[in-house]
Amino acid sequence: MKLETISRLYVAIKRTARSQLRHPQSAAGTLLVAFFLILALFGPQLAPHRNPNDQSHDVRVPPTLDLGALQLGEHPFGTDRLGRDVYSRVILGAGSIFRIAGLGTLISVILGSALGLFMGYQGGWVDEVIGRVIDALLAIPALLLALVLIGIIRNLDFAAGSWQAALADNVILLVISVLYIPIVARVARSTTLDIKTREFVEAAQIRGESQFYIIFREILPSVIPSLVVEASLRFSYAIFLVASLGFLGFGARPPSPDWGLMVNENRGGFYQLTPWALEFPALAIAILVIAVNLMSDGIRRAVQKGT
Amino acid sequence: MSATDRNLLEVDNLTISYRVEDQWIPAVRDFRLRLQPGQIVGLVGESGSGKSTVALALMHYLSSNGRVESGGRLQFDDEDLLRKSNAEMRQLWAKRIKFVPQNAAAALNPSIKIGRQVMEVLKAAEGIDGHEAYSRMMQMFHDVNLVDPERVAERYPHELSGGMQQRVTIAMALISNPELLIMDEPTTGLDVTTEAVILDLVRGLISERDTGVVYITHNLGVVAQLCERVLVLYAGEIMEEASVLDLFQHPRHPYTLGLISSVPKPGQNKSAAQLQSIAGNPPALTRIPGGCVFAERCPLVIDLCRERKPPLETLGDGRLVRCHRWEEMEEGVLSSPPIPRPLVPPVNPPRLSGGVPQGGKGRKTLHPITSGGNWSGGNGQTLMQVSDLMKHFPVERNLREILGRTEPSPIRAVDGVDLQLRAGQTLGLVGESGSGKTTLARLIIGLEERSGGGLQLLGMDVRNSVRERSQDVLSKLQMVFQNPQNSLNPYLSVRQTIRRPLMKLRGFSAAAADAEALALLERVNLRAEYAERYPDELSGGEKQRVAIARAFASDPDLIICDEPVSALDVSVQSAVLNLLAALQDDHGSAYLFISHNLSVVGYLADTIAVMYLGQLFEVGEARELFQAPYHPYTEALVSAIPVPDPLHSSERILLSDDLPSAQNLPSGCRFHTRCPRKIGEICETDEPPWRQGDAGHLIRCHIPLEELTIAQSGLIPLDAVD
Repeated sequence: MKLETISRLYVAIKRTARSQLRHPQSAAGTLLVAFFLILALFGPQLAPHRNPNDQSHDVRVPPTLDLGALQLGEHPFGTDRLGRDVYSRVILGAGSIFRIAGLGTLISVILGSALGLFMGYQGGWVDEVIGRVIDALLAIPALLLALVLIGIIRNLDFAAGSWQAALADNVILLVISVLYIPIVARVARSTTLDIKTREFVEAAQIRGESQFYIIFREILPSVIPSLVVEASLRFSYAIFLVASLGFLGFGARPPSPDWGLMVNENRGGFYQLTPWALEFPALAIAILVIAVNLMSDGIRRAVQKGT
Repeated sequence: MSATDRNLLEVDNLTISYRVEDQWIPAVRDFRLRLQPGQIVGLVGESGSGKSTVALALMHYLSSNGRVESGGRLQFDDEDLLRKSNAEMRQLWAKRIKFVPQNAAAALNPSIKIGRQVMEVLKAAEGIDGHEAYSRMMQMFHDVNLVDPERVAERYPHELSGGMQQRVTIAMALISNPELLIMDEPTTGLDVTTEAVILDLVRGLISERDTGVVYITHNLGVVAQLCERVLVLYAGEIMEEASVLDLFQHPRHPYTLGLISSVPKPGQNKSAAQLQSIAGNPPALTRIPGGCVFAERCPLVIDLCRERKPPLETLGDGRLVRCHRWEEMEEGVLSSPPIPRPLVPPVNPPRLSGGVPQGGKGRKTLHPITSGGNWSGGNGQTLMQVSDLMKHFPVERNLREILGRTEPSPIRAVDGVDLQLRAGQTLGLVGESGSGKTTLARLIIGLEERSGGGLQLLGMDVRNSVRERSQDVLSKLQMVFQNPQNSLNPYLSVRQTIRRPLMKLRGFSAAAADAEALALLERVNLRAEYAERYPDELSGGEKQRVAIARAFASDPDLIICDEPVSALDVSVQSAVLNLLAALQDDHGSAYLFISHNLSVVGYLADTIAVMYLGQLFEVGEARELFQAPYHPYTEALVSAIPVPDPLHSSERILLSDDLPSAQNLPSGCRFHTRCPRKIGEICETDEPPWRQGDAGHLIRCHIPLEELTIAQSGLIPLDAVD
């Protein structure tokens, strides 16, 4: 990366940071996301019990967290009916949700923006055909499409070690990509439609630049701001989707410490026994989704001001 | 006009600040104004000078991040506006103080019929409703020359042309007989022809009433033609105030003089002299210098100017000037180049109709191509030849056409244009918006695919679209775009922008391209340090210089300039025009220069073509354009130019502001629906022939040239002083 690019990037980040600070709610959101990110990265080091399925503790211990005295105690969020430390499980669960939602968002932003840029720049029947396919995809309710895809792929019998098997293992990533690539593509397309009529694009055309050059060197930089905003929004939806699938039993499988799964495992009759085993993972989902939304609000504000 | 001593508006010490990122920035400082009833005071300034801020402050209508600093005085009649609450102001706005905005389309509510919007004003102002309001409205529409007022009242704003919309806003402003009218660039977005009509209207309407008008504009020509007194604003401060005659004839401030002499006058050509220009850029409002705000750009600057801010001094004759050296200005230490006058070269006394003008083969009809193209009178080989070029944009069928299985007629944006351009020459292309000049340019450059006709460059046929053209053709044809804001990629540095065509079209290595990019920057008068800047760090004029450098990078034979200076301030515009002329001398490139501003085209062009509804109507040498015989359309265009000289008075030929649709072209001569010299049925039925005049001057009209000459020679009287 060239020095000037780095300095431009630095200025952009500084401006974003400054505008985040001016709005305390988005600053709070960003800090919370950063906090969860640290949990996701260093979960195994931070959790008191590294094995989420360590059942050696007493069962149904109520939370020992004392906010007044600022003390965590032995089991801050209590233990569940199998004697697993809920606090450790929530911390360890952050990793998987960040990995799947984050990676899924990244894949859909990269592929979706490439698709959208191409459609938008090309126009004509290419745009028309892909656009209709996207419309069709978006007409199906997201969760329904996800469940159908998962159902189909999981029921296929693949040879162990084949790429299909790997795909089946990461089916949620696939689902996120299928759901969000069209949405990102639409955003990239509409911005491209605006940018491609700018005169600097025409200046590139009249010196005979290739389509690839025009799309990626001339148009893409101007599309990036709106892509960043869309990416942060997609990320919050992806977190929600991963948690929902976990809750419905289509995501991570027991006994993994998935937040959605934890909520599912502890609902119904178990809720009377160990309400904390449901409440803390549910709270984690809610806080993370809200935090990402606040952050993306801030990013949008900063980006809009910048243009 | 009543010349009472009573001031309608008295403004003193007005300082207006805007809050930007927790800081109050004084956008206008120490503003002062006196306005008498029935007077039109012009407020001139370049973009960022604070003129619109003043307008809003005079209305007491600043946005929430703006405020008037204490210590100022804003007295309207006997009301102290600064003490008024919004509720009290609303009563004044309803009746006594009115505003005409620049963008009429945005000022009118798109979902309410015109009639209801206008009558609402009456209801708010005087509580009049129903029949009485309707008849008042009809009277007002009649006064602003709206054709068919009953139908206009029944329409929605988007169904009216720009000129009609602006008439409606003027009608809305004047219908309550306001005492104070503030007009903020009301003609800026309009064509010259429409502008002339609106200015005429304003002048007439104001002289009938006792309304005081503050007229804000960047156009000195408009000021000269309309205003009694003028205030010149620069970087938020008054530089000079004077009567319009004094200001134009004896400017006391170097900035005023610079502004006046940087505007090309009609008939002024690059062959005579360079345009004067003001170097540099206005200061940023966040960093206002301690001394004189104009010091950095002033040709008369002395140390004192940088140290101490000059006071706004009152001169003997009631003029105001803010300059340490105004007395020297009075003695003529700086002089403006003489305004080329007579504007219209003296026309020989009208010949009797029997006489045949020498060289004029009036009756002979000619086609510009078959005429051998000797009209340019220049030497050099033919660079570009356009023959019968056409662009028809297909129109999507509506339901009725689908059911009736009929094809809608296409929009004929360019409909059979023949042109020739010689190497190293400039061809100016003029016409109103909608005349097809930009489409013609895009056909030549290859951004639009032609529907018919041919295009030859150096005798070789050129392919339709840029995608099919060879590298060689691409490097020979380049373009400078209208909007400097959009013509540079905001994410590429100046160096990256300029070196790309060098590498792509001339095969330079990266290192050689970098070196050449610096050389090109120097040639467009930008320092080498600009190479590492990004477009958002450049002013409009600097951006356009970079765009010009990029166009010259491939060493092209022809550069198409599509309104390259129309988005720039006058003081910057002249420098860019000079640059274009100088670069042409060095490189020998030809220009196809498109502009709606005839003076600008006249300055730069060797040959001028006048376009109307997709066809050319007149082709001739640049100086021919400003003298009879003209095509009646050219005549209207020329007469509509607001000349920046208050003594210049011309009888304007006013055209109705409706350009017919290019989908539904008039039969016969396309101009007959608006032509003031229409001779009869032949204009409606037959296409006019090309007629050849002196020096290959070609005019496409049914009227023989000698008759045109006679009819037009007395039309634009020479200036009273001559």
